[in-house]
Parts: sequence; structure tokens; C-alpha cells
Amino acid sequence: MSELTDLSIEEIRQISVLTRIAMTEDELDVMRTQMSNILDSVAILNEVDTEGVEPTGHSVNIKSVMREDKRQDSLTQDETLLNAPQRDGSFIRIKAVLE
Amino acid sequence: MKSVNLETITIAEARRLLDNKEVSALELTKNYLERIKTFEKNIDAYVTVTEDRALEDANLADKRIGEGTQTNLTGIPMQLKDNICYSGIPTTCSSKMLENFVPPYDASISTYLKNENSVLLGKGNLDEFAMGSSTENSALKLTKNPWDTSRVPGGSSGGPAAAVAASECVFSLGSDTGGSIRQPASLCGVVGMKPTYGLVSRFGLVAFASSLDQIGPLTKSVEDSALVLQSIAGYDSRDSTSLDVKIPDYVSNLTTDLKGFRIGIPKEYFIEGISSGVEKSILDAIEVLKGLGADVKEVSLPHTKYALAVYYIIAPSEASANLARYDGVKYGFSEKNAETMWAGFENTRSNGLGPEVKRRIMLGAYALSAGYYDAYYLKAQKVRTLIRQEFEDVFKNVDVLAMPTSPTTAFKIGDKIDDPLQMYLNDIFTIPANIAGIPGISIPAGLVDGLPVGLQFMAGTLQETNLFKAAYAYEQATDWHNQTPSV
Repeated sequence: MSELTDLSIEEIRQISVLTRIAMTEDELDVMRTQMSNILDSVAILNEVDTEGVEPTGHSVNIKSVMREDKRQDSLTQDETLLNAPQRDGSFIRIKAVLE
Repeated sequence: MKSVNLETITIAEARRLLDNKEVSALELTKNYLERIKTFEKNIDAYVTVTEDRALEDANLADKRIGEGTQTNLTGIPMQLKDNICYSGIPTTCSSKMLENFVPPYDASISTYLKNENSVLLGKGNLDEFAMGSSTENSALKLTKNPWDTSRVPGGSSGGPAAAVAASECVFSLGSDTGGSIRQPASLCGVVGMKPTYGLVSRFGLVAFASSLDQIGPLTKSVEDSALVLQSIAGYDSRDSTSLDVKIPDYVSNLTTDLKGFRIGIPKEYFIEGISSGVEKSILDAIEVLKGLGADVKEVSLPHTKYALAVYYIIAPSEASANLARYDGVKYGFSEKNAETMWAGFENTRSNGLGPEVKRRIMLGAYALSAGYYDAYYLKAQKVRTLIRQEFEDVFKNVDVLAMPTSPTTAFKIGDKIDDPLQMYLNDIFTIPANIAGIPGISIPAGLVDGLPVGLQFMAGTLQETNLFKAAYAYEQATDWHNQTPSV
């Protein structure tokens, strides 16, 4: 990755599909330049010898926690659905999944 | 209504006035609401002002003070950054996506503050989803720096920093993923503190980059910072990365004596790109610390120069996963004029999210995608290990590190917004603490051309006591924290 990153419009288009963000051709082009520049700037990491180094996911040592399987109060159905953009009784309404 | 000088009042002073019945929580709150009405026209630090909530909270606080059961933050008027959920009050993340979102639950820290009967004045503006360093990425408001309203307040907690600086609240709570508390605190001349990762519960903080995000206080003094942290730190079973550790008494450990206290100056933080005014202020501050008896020595953290690159892989990667939830189905903005379900998702995200948020989601998705994962994400996580180890090693020889918070003072609105890479450089001195999970604090340490400079301290994991000790000693020996902007 020592040469400059040059993402293609097709690569950006594919990411916009994967991330479900609709973009115009102009927006894709701006994103192509900006993302290429940002990826260039992070290429500096290739200087670092990481042979045998373990990756860090979190900075603290986290142990998995177990708890008793006991009933607890939670939000009511009404509270949970309070912010639903389209509601039908106790359901959230969406467009047809199967066409 | 009894009038109080809000420009200088700290939590500690307000506590004394409230406890001595020299002022009621209701009077204090009304003073702030009045001040917000006057100054918001110029500052725009608040996304939402919760006047009714504030008056109700104040009455509850007065009742409690009357009963003599008050705690440190009872009746203290405060603000929350608008990515911290508070039941029944809009939590927008300054995004069109959540503009009308009203959480049906509290963040854990909101519950803690309610339990103390603190007074919620409102919610503070931020860069959309806390992504930015100037608060210009807010989709809802343009916050101005109280020291010069043609300049940015920093970010992403620009609303909280500006609100504390303009005395539109006694304290505020922000979140810091790469410097989002400390950098705006520096640019607005207030105290901003990021605790050790895991010390404060993230439950109810809208997620940006989960391995880096941490909530912390923005205050007018170091003592206030310690007081607020005391109230919000502690184990929470609802946050899977919460640390189950004993919380020390931060306030009683504050001291002005630095004899034998070891302070490291990392040479990598005095580099090209730092403004001469900032550099001089920090070098002056180091002389003050020496004068207080501190044992000051130069140290080296050679991996510092990789921290920004590590951050701009890890934070967008985590963001791309966290922000996948905004689909217009369960809550938030929803583009209803779509033919199909897929078009609905795509248009919702296209129209509901701003440019910086889209950039980070797409960058993260790219870094995590098949074929690039090892080269970007895994590589960044490995370098993260090296940065963390380097800090661990240096803290065997020093108690804290001292350095600038930000390479420059507040810049003009519009100056950097079109160049993401220039904007990212603002966080070059703050990001390493997030990468390593260690605590950091920024305190006022000078004025250059009338604009505040921040001095930053970092300490080892869970060494907040050392952090506060250095910051308090410096603050008490100088007068910078007493300077206020004329808004």
C-alpha cells in the first residue's frame, strides 16, 4: 500500500450499497476522493512492525459476566413502540419484504 | 428572585449557598433559565431547553434540601450532551435521524443525576452523532465560541463546552471518543475530563465507537470535575464493559503540593503544526509545575504518531456497525416515499444522515470488508496494543503526563469544514488517551490573542486521583480558570 490509494467509483458504489446509503454520482465522486485521501493518511501504519503483536479490541480486560436467569421489569410494549415511524396496533408496519 | 453571580459560580459554591439557604434551587434555576434566554441568541449551545423539567427538578431539590437529605449535586443546574438519553426528553444526537426521538428510558448517569435531584436545564449541541471537532457537523444548530462568536467551540461536545464557558449551566456532561470533551473544553477555556474507559457507564449513551466512547464532566473548576465524577463513576451491570472497581474519594485527595510528584513531558506532543502561542503557554505551564515542586522530566512515546491513523480505522469501523441500526423502521427519521423496503432503508439513511457520518460509516464498512480487514482493522488493533503498552511503560516512571490539549486555539467557523483530514488533526493530542483507555483532563492554561489554551494531563489506567492532583495544583497556582468571556 505504499502507492497512493485510488478507490474506483465502482468500489464506492459497492460500499454505498452495503451500507444502504443512496448516493448520487456526484456524491460518489466526492466520497471517492475523500476516502482515498483518508486511506492514504492511514497507510503510515504499514511502517509499524506488528509481527507477533496481539490485537486490542477493548482497552480494559473484560470478563464475561453471568447472572441468574430471573424475571426483570423492562419497558412495556407501548413504550418500546413509542418512536416507531409507522405503527399498526402492537406492530411496526414496513414495506413488503417479499415482492 | 435573588440574583447570583452566575459567571463565576461553581458546584462547590452553589452547594454552600444552597445548604446555607442563601439561595434556593428554584431561584438559582430561574437565574440560569433567564441567562439562557439572553445568551442563546448568540451562542446556540442548547438543542433543547427543558424549562418545565428544570423548574420541577428545582422544587424537588428544595424540598430535599429542606429535609436535609441533599447530596453533592442536589439542586445544581446542569446540561447533558444530546447523545445521553433522558426519559421523556428528546435525544437528537444533533442529527436529522433522531430529531424527533424521545427515549422511553434513562441513561444510567441520567438516573444517577435524578437520584441526586440535579436540575436538568436542557440538552447540549454536538457534532452529529459526536463525529467532529468543531460542532459544525450538527444538523440542528451552529454553536459559537463564547470567547469569539466568529469561531467554533470545538467538538464534538461544543454545546456543553460553550454552555459552561458562557455560564448557561453550572456543569455539563459530554462524551469523549477521540477528544470530544477535552478539545472543546480547551477551545472554550473550561475544565473537561475523560475518565478511564469503563469507569462511567455507557448505558444510554448513543453509541458511536463503543471501545472508545466514555462519558465525562465539563466544569468550571477541577474540584467540580472531581465532584461530578464522584457521582457518576461506578459499576453498572447494564454496560458490559463497566469496571467493577472501588471508587476513591476524588475530592478529598485534591492537594496543591506537588513535591516529588513525577510529571513526564512527551516530546512527541511538541511537534510541527502546534501554534507558537499554544506551545509557549504549555511551556510556561510546565515551569509553574516545576515551581510547585514537581519532578518534571522529558519522556518519549514514539508510537504517538500512529494514534490518529489507528483512530481513523477503529472509530469508523465501530461506527459503521453501531449506526447500522438507523433504518427508519423502529425509531427515528423514516423516508416513507419509497417503492420498496430496500429503497426505504437507502433513502432514510441518505436523507437522515449528514456528510461526515456517511463518510465514517462508509470508511468503516470498507475497512471491515473482506480482503481489507487484515490490512486495516486488524493492523490498527495491533498498533493499538503497542500504543497501550507504551503508555503502561511510561507510567512506571511518571505519575502523569503533561502536554497541550489541542495544537491550536479556536479556529474560524467554516475554516476546516471542507477538509476532513485537516479537521481530524485537531484531535492529534487527545486521541492517544482513547486508544489506550486512560484518563485525561484539559484545564485552562492561558490566553493567546484572547482565546483560551488548554493544558492536558493524562494518567495511567484508573489513576484519576493523580490526574486531579496535577490539575488542581496547577489551577490553584494560576488565575486562568477565573477568566471568563464577555458574552
